[in-house]
Amino acid sequence: MTANEPRTPILQGENIQVQRGGKRILDVSSLKIVSGEVLSVIGPNGAGKTTLLQALSQLIRLGKGDIYFLGKKVGADMPPLDYRRCLAMVFQEALLFDTTVYANVASGLKIRGVKSPEIVSIVNTRLEQFGIVHLRDRSAKTLSGGEAQRTSLARAFAIQPQILFLDEPFAALDPPTRESLLEDLNRVLRTSGTTAIMATHDQVEALRLSDRIAVMNEGRIVQIGPPAEIMNHPVNEFIASFVGVETIIEGRVIKCERGMATIAVSKNSKTPLAHTFPGGGAGAETSVDCSLLTFPKERGNATTNQSSDDPINSTPSIHLETLAERAEVSLLEAAGQVQPGEGVFCCIRPEHVTIYPGWRHERSSARNVFPAIIDRIIPAGPFHKVHLNGGFPLVAYVTVQSIEDLGLRVGATVIASFKATSVHMIRRG
Amino acid sequence: MDIIFEGIKQALSLLISLDPEVMGITWLSLKVSGTATLISLFIGIGIGTAVALTTFPGRQIVVSLINTGMALPPVVVGLFVTILLWRNGPFGALEILYTPLAIIIAQAIIATPIVMGITLAAMQQLPRKLRLQILALGATRFQMVWLLIKEAKLSLMAAVMAGFGGVISEVGASIMVGGNIKGYTRVLTTATVMETSKGNFDVAIALGVILLIFAFAINLVLTRVQQRERPR
Repeated sequence: MTANEPRTPILQGENIQVQRGGKRILDVSSLKIVSGEVLSVIGPNGAGKTTLLQALSQLIRLGKGDIYFLGKKVGADMPPLDYRRCLAMVFQEALLFDTTVYANVASGLKIRGVKSPEIVSIVNTRLEQFGIVHLRDRSAKTLSGGEAQRTSLARAFAIQPQILFLDEPFAALDPPTRESLLEDLNRVLRTSGTTAIMATHDQVEALRLSDRIAVMNEGRIVQIGPPAEIMNHPVNEFIASFVGVETIIEGRVIKCERGMATIAVSKNSKTPLAHTFPGGGAGAETSVDCSLLTFPKERGNATTNQSSDDPINSTPSIHLETLAERAEVSLLEAAGQVQPGEGVFCCIRPEHVTIYPGWRHERSSARNVFPAIIDRIIPAGPFHKVHLNGGFPLVAYVTVQSIEDLGLRVGATVIASFKATSVHMIRRG
Repeated sequence: MDIIFEGIKQALSLLISLDPEVMGITWLSLKVSGTATLISLFIGIGIGTAVALTTFPGRQIVVSLINTGMALPPVVVGLFVTILLWRNGPFGALEILYTPLAIIIAQAIIATPIVMGITLAAMQQLPRKLRLQILALGATRFQMVWLLIKEAKLSLMAAVMAGFGGVISEVGASIMVGGNIKGYTRVLTTATVMETSKGNFDVAIALGVILLIFAFAINLVLTRVQQRERPR
C-alpha cells in the first residue's frame, strides 16, 4: 500500500471481480498482504467480506482478476490445488466431520497424505495449544460451540498454513467464550507468525487482532490501513458510522488558523444527516494553507438541495458568527487542515465526550463546551450511552457509577465538553 | 388364529430342521436381493451424489423423476423387464428371462431410485459450506466427494436398509421375470404367493415368518452399525 513496503507480498490480489446473478458482488482493484500480517476485513452484512475471503482462497471462481502467492500467479505459475494446500480456513460454523476431535484435527494432514506418526505429534501439539487435549476422543457432535470452534482452529493450524482465512470465526459464540478464544487465537497467530485474513463485523475483534483493517462496502474496499487510522481518520461517513463514531455532525468551515478550524453547525436540525456519502477518496486531509479568514463563495454543488430554513447554507457566510451569537448555529473547534467554506462532517467518538452537571463549575481545557439536554440514556455494558442535545446531537459514554454520582437523568441539563483534537473532520464530497 | 399359530410352529420346525428346500429358497432370496441392493448402491449413491452436488438445467425435473422412481411399482418394472428380455425383445438374445439374473436386474431397477433419492436428500442436508471447508483443507475434488459421502454415512445406511427392504419383500417383478421355478428362481416371496394360492397356509406363513426374521436380522445389524456411529 505504502511506497516503502519492505517485503514481497505473500498474497496479492489484482483487479478481482466476482459476479453473482449478473450483479458484481466483489470488485477489489488491488490488495497486498505481507507475510506475518493480520488483516481484518470489516463491513456490514452483504459487504462482500466472505466473498473476498473465498475469492482470495480460490474456493470460488473469479469473474476476473489474478491472485499471486509469493509472486507466483495461481493457476498459471502454480496449480490451484498447490495454492489451496498452503491455506486454511475457519468459518463461522465449526463444520466438523462426524468423527472424533482427534480425527478432525488430523483431517487436513490425512488429505495431504502425511504419515501417521507425524500426524500424531502435530495433532497433539495443536490440541494442546487450543486447550482441547481432554476432548481428544470425544465425538465432534457432542462439543459445545466454543469447543467445536477450538477444534476447527486446531484443524486449521495443524496443516501449518501460510495464510489462514477466518470468516467471522467468533460470531456465533457467547462473549466469554469468544474472549478466551480470541486470546488463544491471537497468541497462536503471533507465536507462529501466520499470515491471517479475518472477516468480522465486530470492530473490537478487528482492533484486537489486526495489524491492518480493511473496511468493505458494496463489494469494494473503501479504506485500508492501521487500526488507529481507520478508527480516528475514517475517509468517509459510511466508515465513520460503521466504526462506531457515534456523533457525526454536518457543518461548514468558517475559518482555519494554524490547524485549528472553526466549524459552524446548524442548530436543531431535525433531519438526520445525509447518509449517502460519495464513496472512496473523499475527505483526505488537505495540506493547503488555510490561514484565510475570509469565507469563499458558496460551492455550486453544495447549494443545490438545501432547504431555506437552514441558516448555514441559506445565509451569506459573512454573517455566520453573528448567527452564532443569535444561537442559530453552534461553533465547534476542530483540529485539522481544512479550507474555509468547505462542508465537513465532524466525527466525535463518544468516549471523547465528557459531561458534568450544569450546576458544577469546572474549568476544562477542552475547546468545545456546550450546554446540552439529556435525550436518552441507553445501557451498553459497563457504560451507558448518553444521547445529548446541545443544539446538535452528541453521544457520550458514561460509566454506570458516574450516572448515579452525577444524578444524570433524561431531561437534565448538563455541560458537555470535548477537545478540538477529538473532532475528526471528513470533507464532504 | 390356529392357522397362524400352526404356521409359526411349522416355520420354526422348518428352520430348526434346516429343510433343504426352504434353505435353498432363503439363500437365493438373500443372494438375489443382496446383489440387487449392492448394484443399486453403486448407481444410486453415484448418481444421487452427482445430482446433489451439481447444478445443471433441468435439475428439478431430474430430482422429481428420482423421487417418482422411489415409488416405482414392482409389477410395472416386472412388466418392462419382461418385455425387454422377452425372446423377441431387444435383449432376448441374452436368454436371461426366467433366470435369477433377471430378478436381480428387476430388483436393482426397483432399489436404485430408492437409494438415489435418499442419497440425494442426505447429501443436500449437509451444510453447503462443508464443501468449501473440505476444499480449504486441501482436498482434491475426488477427496471432497468421498469425504462428503462419509459424512452422510448414517443416512446412506438408511438407504441400504430401504433399498434392501424394498426388494426382499417385493413379489410382482420376481414372479414376472423369474417365473417362480422350483429350485432355480423360487424366492421367499414368490413361494409364499404360490403356497397361499394352493391353500397351504401353514407353509405360506412359515415362509412369511422366515422372510420377516431375515428382514429383521439384517436391519438389526445395519441399525446397530448406524447407532454405534451416533454420538451418545
